[in-house]
Amino acid sequence: MHLPGGFFSSIFSSLFGTREMRILILGLDGAGKTTILYRLQVGEVVTTIPTIGFNVETVTYKNLKFQVWDLGGQTSIRPYWRCYYSNTDAVIYVVDSCDRDRIGISKSELVAMLEEEELKKAILVVFANKQDMEQAMTPTEVANSLGLPALKDRKWQIFKTSATKGTGLDEAMEWLVESLKSRQ
Amino acid sequence: MIKKFDKKDEESGSGSNPYQHLEKSAVLQEARLFNETPINPRRCIHILTKILYLLNQGEHFGTMEATEAFFAMTRLFQSNDQTLRRMCYITIKEMANISEDVIIVTSSLTKDMTGKEDVYRGPAIRALCSITDATMLQAIERYMKQAIVDKVPSVSSSALVSSLHMNKISHDVVKRWINEAQEAASSDNIMVQYHALGLLYYLRKNDRLAVSKMLNKFTKSGLKSPFAYCMLIRIASRLLEESEEGHNSPLFDFIESCLRNKHEMVIYEAASAIIHLPNCTARELAPAVSVLQLFCSSPKPALRYAAVRTLNKVAMKHPSAVTACNLDLEGLITDSNRSIATLAITTLLKTGSESSVDRLMKQISTFVSEISDEFKVVVVQAISALCQKYPRKHTVMMTFLSNMLRDDGGFEYKRAIVDCIISIIEENPDSKESGLAHLCEFIEDCEHTVLATKILHLLGKEGPRTHTPSKYIRFIFNRVVLENEAVRAAAVSALAKFGAQNECLLPSVLVLLQRCMMDTDDEVRDRATFYFNVLKQKQLSLNAAYIFNVLTVSVLGMEKALHQYTLEPSEKPFDMKSVPLATVPFMEQKTADLTSVASKQPEKALPARQDIYQEQLSAIPEFRNLGPLFKSSEPVQLTEAETEYFVRCIKHVFTDHIVFQFDCTNTLNDQLLEKVTVQLEPSEAYKVISYVPVQSLTYNQPGICYTLVRLPEDDPTAVSCTFNCTMKFLVKDCDPNTGIPDDEGYNDEYVLEDLELTIADHIQKVLKPNFGAGWEEVGDVYEKEETFALTTTKTLEEAVNNIIKFLGMQPCERSDKVPENKNSHVLYLSGVYRGGHDVLVRSKLALGDGVTMQVTVRSTDETPADVILASVG
Repeated sequence: MHLPGGFFSSIFSSLFGTREMRILILGLDGAGKTTILYRLQVGEVVTTIPTIGFNVETVTYKNLKFQVWDLGGQTSIRPYWRCYYSNTDAVIYVVDSCDRDRIGISKSELVAMLEEEELKKAILVVFANKQDMEQAMTPTEVANSLGLPALKDRKWQIFKTSATKGTGLDEAMEWLVESLKSRQ
Repeated sequence: MIKKFDKKDEESGSGSNPYQHLEKSAVLQEARLFNETPINPRRCIHILTKILYLLNQGEHFGTMEATEAFFAMTRLFQSNDQTLRRMCYITIKEMANISEDVIIVTSSLTKDMTGKEDVYRGPAIRALCSITDATMLQAIERYMKQAIVDKVPSVSSSALVSSLHMNKISHDVVKRWINEAQEAASSDNIMVQYHALGLLYYLRKNDRLAVSKMLNKFTKSGLKSPFAYCMLIRIASRLLEESEEGHNSPLFDFIESCLRNKHEMVIYEAASAIIHLPNCTARELAPAVSVLQLFCSSPKPALRYAAVRTLNKVAMKHPSAVTACNLDLEGLITDSNRSIATLAITTLLKTGSESSVDRLMKQISTFVSEISDEFKVVVVQAISALCQKYPRKHTVMMTFLSNMLRDDGGFEYKRAIVDCIISIIEENPDSKESGLAHLCEFIEDCEHTVLATKILHLLGKEGPRTHTPSKYIRFIFNRVVLENEAVRAAAVSALAKFGAQNECLLPSVLVLLQRCMMDTDDEVRDRATFYFNVLKQKQLSLNAAYIFNVLTVSVLGMEKALHQYTLEPSEKPFDMKSVPLATVPFMEQKTADLTSVASKQPEKALPARQDIYQEQLSAIPEFRNLGPLFKSSEPVQLTEAETEYFVRCIKHVFTDHIVFQFDCTNTLNDQLLEKVTVQLEPSEAYKVISYVPVQSLTYNQPGICYTLVRLPEDDPTAVSCTFNCTMKFLVKDCDPNTGIPDDEGYNDEYVLEDLELTIADHIQKVLKPNFGAGWEEVGDVYEKEETFALTTTKTLEEAVNNIIKFLGMQPCERSDKVPENKNSHVLYLSGVYRGGHDVLVRSKLALGDGVTMQVTVRSTDETPADVILASVG
């Protein structure tokens, strides 16, 4: 795929330099990362299998290009997340809002990740996913469980999303784009 | 910068390889570029190429650095540049085994193999399979099955070939893909069909019935792909070889029918298969040879080459079948392709008559300098075979070989020539002097230590017994002055041998040895000092024992015995007699070599058979105190072929005991045998001491039981005996399918054939390189002599073979070869008698009305001499 020429690319370069924004989608297994990635890329729900390794796609949102890395969330894959931290502009952290049992694990993975030097400047967007389910925790509950309010020196926001229904993704992306722009 | 590069290239004369002087660390440094965004595909491809180049040059990558580079490379998956992506696939395959955690690319590759880009799909499958292990295979199984039956040929082929590789890792999973493979086998694409057939065969390889069914099906239905036909021919010929069902089977008919296929490839494969089948008759060979004959005049060099190469192979086994092609082969001698010409000539040498040898040799010499070493070796081997066939031609051959020896050439080539000359010398005493002279000339300028030492050893052995031994001394001493340590040491040993056997040379040899004692190398000095002091004693027996008839023990056994000695400190000196003897390798190999000259393997230091037995026996507590193993016999079969049980026996002789080892196999699948022993009833005063049973003998699983027998104590001359053997065991019937036995069993026995113990079991073959010296060394203290008349023997050759076989001793001085047209012959035999006493036999034979034989035995002990004469009489 090539950059669209002409008008858009000139705007693009004026906003972000010549660089594509690099975004990581992280979170425990089964949180919905791969579904979110392809919902963002092609606007459809695709059938997914557990990601062994990663998926990487170029996502165009409002004529802006993002290079989005979806890293597998299985316990065995998580140690490799750090291999992909460098040059990251933003992290989308996806949480399964119904998985109350593992929210603690999700928190400790998040905390460990945020401590990494390479991610010091990355913006954090948390997706409280699977909001279409009845037993889902509210975004506030999720934020508190993850200990987000205690975060310092970090630009973050939480959104309630449902990747399968497609709700909440637009708002989240809107906020992300604005935050990235204002950081320039 | 560029200029600098150019200059460097010119200096090294490397031409234009831009990757010549790569540094691994610099390349890995460059690989960090992969982490940058946006990606520059052109530069990244270049860096990946460098990494691949280094890997293929055998550069070692540590796990850490490889893993780091690998993970950096995974970042390139963000680019959609096709060339870059495909370079990534190659890198993944190359690094799959040196980097850790390669499964990180699993999802990405799975996506590519199922995606829309056909150029990605095949290579992605291959890369995916290279990073997948048995535990991960199930996860990709569904995709593999789909890919096998994919419409795109490259995808299907990739999946089939990858399945073949995965089969090694997890046969059970891949076996489930057989239906898909079957479907692919009916593909219209010739490669897909071939690969599918390959996979189907490998999945069924161990199931003969399934393979022949499959073969049957495909030979009937026919295939599109010539590659698949070639494969079918190979499978069919393997089945034929294994089944031994003769050549009337449909399999043979199938192969023969392929001689009429429209593809040359298939025709050649069929012809080659027929020619390589064992036990082919001339009539069966004829059609195969005639298609090869046609190929000989093909305009395609590859076909001509294949044809002549195959004819060359068959020429040794069936010269008459190939003679039909002689005219065509003569035509190929002038072929512009030298490889074809060489093979043509060597084939003609094999089939040609004695009269054509001179002409052919002249023709070879015109172009021998133009062919590669590999083919020169082929020529030398052909000459070597020819020398054995026509010994009278040795002068022509020797001149030719010596010319070849002077030319440039690599080690393998020179070694082939030297081996060939040595074998001519051994076969023809007439050629000895000229052969040695050529070899002497060769070592004057020889860069191969192995060859120089070999020749020096030969000179030491043969030189002293020529007419003018003195002329070799200069060549040998030159080595001491000019060469490296190993050669110098070998030269010193050779010098000593001259000194020991030629009294007139002794003073000069002593002077030369004295000079060697000032050598800079320890080994050379030690040898010189040792030999100097031995020679100074001027005692024949010392010379014999320490200079020409040296150590005869097994090196492995000696190492073990010495190690044991150092572990258990003792007042007693180390006893050489406690070391097992080295077994003399069989001389019969020469004749076998004729047929397989091409497949000569470099000898490896494998433990001898007897060393293995020694190890096995000493692990059994009952046999621990028997002392060193003296001799193990060849296996003797105690049952007919195809009976209920198969038993063979190996006799292990110790100083005062014999251990009979019975290798038993139960060929009944509905029986389980337990507590199997072989009971022995000796005819003489032998005492059975104990039995070591096989605890359980299941169907087709060989087991070993032992019987320990004490040799008669009061009569040391009793050496032969007949044993009645009965196998005793407990039978439990069992289910042939599951192998589960009944709880209850019953005792049964099975009578085996009688077992003979003979004089040969008590004597170990030991070669005395110099028999005369050995004879003097042993002396005449225990000398016995007697004359016998062998009335039933008609020729000297027969008499010689019978004696050797009967006594089981080693013929020395090549005296086992009876020269033609002679009425008398002397046979020299040497060996060591049980207990460690040297035995030498000189047997003078005269041909009259039958053969008269005068046997003289010398030994270091009385018993062996008595025993031998008693048993001959």
